[in-house]
Amino acid sequence: MSNSVIGSKKKRMTKKTLIYLILIGGSLIILSPVWWMIATSLKTPQEIAQYPPSFWPDSFRFSNYLETWQTAPFTRWTLNTLLISALSTIGSVLANAFIAYGFAVIKFKGRNLLFGIVMATMLIPGFVTLVPQYIIFAKIGWVNTYLPLIVPSFLGSAFFIFLIRQFMRTIPKDMVEAAKMDGANHFQIWWQIILPQIKPALITVAIFSFNGSWNDLLGPLLYLNDENLYTLQIGLQTFKGTVSTQWNYLMAMSTTVLLPIILLFFYFQRYFIEGSNLTGGQKF
Amino acid sequence: MSGIKEHNVAISTTQRKSVHKSKSSDWTVRKPKMSKLSLKENIWGYIFIAPWIIGFLGLTLGPLLFSLVTSFTDYNVTSQMNFTGFDNYKRMFTVDPLFWTSLYNTVYFVVFSVPLTTAGAVIVAMLLNQKMKGIKVFRTIYYLPAVLSGVAVYFLWMQLLSPSTGLVNTVLAWFGIDGPAWLFEPEWTKPALVMMKMWSVGGGMLLYLAVMQGVPKAMYEAAELDGAGSIRKFFHITLPMITPIIFFDMVTSTIGAFQIFQEAYVMTDSGEGGPSNSLLFYNLHMWNNAFEIFNMGYASAMAWVLFIIVMILTFLHFKFSKKWVYYESGDHK
Repeated sequence: MSNSVIGSKKKRMTKKTLIYLILIGGSLIILSPVWWMIATSLKTPQEIAQYPPSFWPDSFRFSNYLETWQTAPFTRWTLNTLLISALSTIGSVLANAFIAYGFAVIKFKGRNLLFGIVMATMLIPGFVTLVPQYIIFAKIGWVNTYLPLIVPSFLGSAFFIFLIRQFMRTIPKDMVEAAKMDGANHFQIWWQIILPQIKPALITVAIFSFNGSWNDLLGPLLYLNDENLYTLQIGLQTFKGTVSTQWNYLMAMSTTVLLPIILLFFYFQRYFIEGSNLTGGQKF
Repeated sequence: MSGIKEHNVAISTTQRKSVHKSKSSDWTVRKPKMSKLSLKENIWGYIFIAPWIIGFLGLTLGPLLFSLVTSFTDYNVTSQMNFTGFDNYKRMFTVDPLFWTSLYNTVYFVVFSVPLTTAGAVIVAMLLNQKMKGIKVFRTIYYLPAVLSGVAVYFLWMQLLSPSTGLVNTVLAWFGIDGPAWLFEPEWTKPALVMMKMWSVGGGMLLYLAVMQGVPKAMYEAAELDGAGSIRKFFHITLPMITPIIFFDMVTSTIGAFQIFQEAYVMTDSGEGGPSNSLLFYNLHMWNNAFEIFNMGYASAMAWVLFIIVMILTFLHFKFSKKWVYYESGDHK
């Protein structure tokens, strides 16, 4: 009896050690590209060209960052990106919370059918509507403006509507009923009662939207022609044309572009995870 | 929500005989007034979902129909639309060899990346679903690549995959393997992209982890009493419980993988398609037609073919899901 207990304990210990080893190995695989990017960004062109490549830069050439920043209008592009990301994040949070309230709280004719359509739109590949969307935006003179990159955020997106709706449904209905008894209309209930309670979901949506906007290449590539209007993504893509294979510069800029996202991730980790938990328990 | 209506009905029927005139109580609302209430609710409902309706009509349904019409024309933005019947479709299937190349490349990518990333995500989630010290740190690390995307990451991978001085081949050399030239060798370009996708399996991992943590402990304890080991517990408890998520993941990631574009666009010098067009994916070909040579009619036809392919695949996913997806509430399998 006691022997088998010790045996199973031993077994559990070896199992744990094994899992730790696998996890550490995996972490190295995952983190090494990130380190490689940082290391390359600090090397001299000579060191990058040498074989075999070094894992630790001989000298930390921080000037790569400054030189990169000065070769192209990166300050301008950063401000552009911030503006677009901020506006579409605000739009996304407000619109999706607004729409989700309609689907989660109000009972109206055709609600289930329409929500079915919302879910079904997730199955439509975005590229199918890309060309006609471009033609429409071109016809109304929105090409080479930020409008095609921002306005759609104010019209909701299926995934976020679904995510916020899930969250809203966990709020006790009595609260809504009580507010109605007190004569509040739906707009007031939405703003004063529901929104403060779904803050975690709103933050999740905000992070995902910001991240999506920040990393979007397709939209700017399609709609922005003027270099002064460029975002970081398309700017970075153009930048490659000028520096071609000077990897120290390319990696310095890549690190700079990714840094805000990495910081955002570490700061708001919990919300990234929350977003997945909310949708995870669902049956499709 | 429905509570209030039922309440109304109940009260109004019991009080039907006595005409109640008290204004103080809302509970006396009679039928005509009730429908007014639900009319009001209907209006409120549509006010709230109005942004979505506008977006759906203007950015999804409208464009969808518009591109259907365009696909039967020779539209190129500047000229008039001339109706050309099925010409675009005929050209796609019979004349344009790059159409088949791009479809092949895309299917290749989907076939390898979807099962591999799904299986990878499940395995990683299994490993991370442990009660151990520091497990949260590991979860953070594994999830990190999922938030990193865009041009910077593609540049990073171009550097990692650099034939002589890249990290990947450097590590392979430690094991005596002479790594391929990856993005410069037609047979290795797509595996390289699959590998890049594998790096971010952590994104899917979170979904599985969330569900695994929701599996009642009692189920595992019962299985342990019956002498089930880790492997049997996985196949008989964990796996069935996560099949709905595997299904969800497969459907969405198939659709996603079919739309691979940015990676190929950036990694092949603005959409040239890579060596021997080995990275000319469907959407890249569509993009080149639409925005490089402004053949909008042809691109729209391609868009619709893509739409139909994806719809068929999704339909098949749903059809076969009954065979393997396990739903707790329903009858088994």
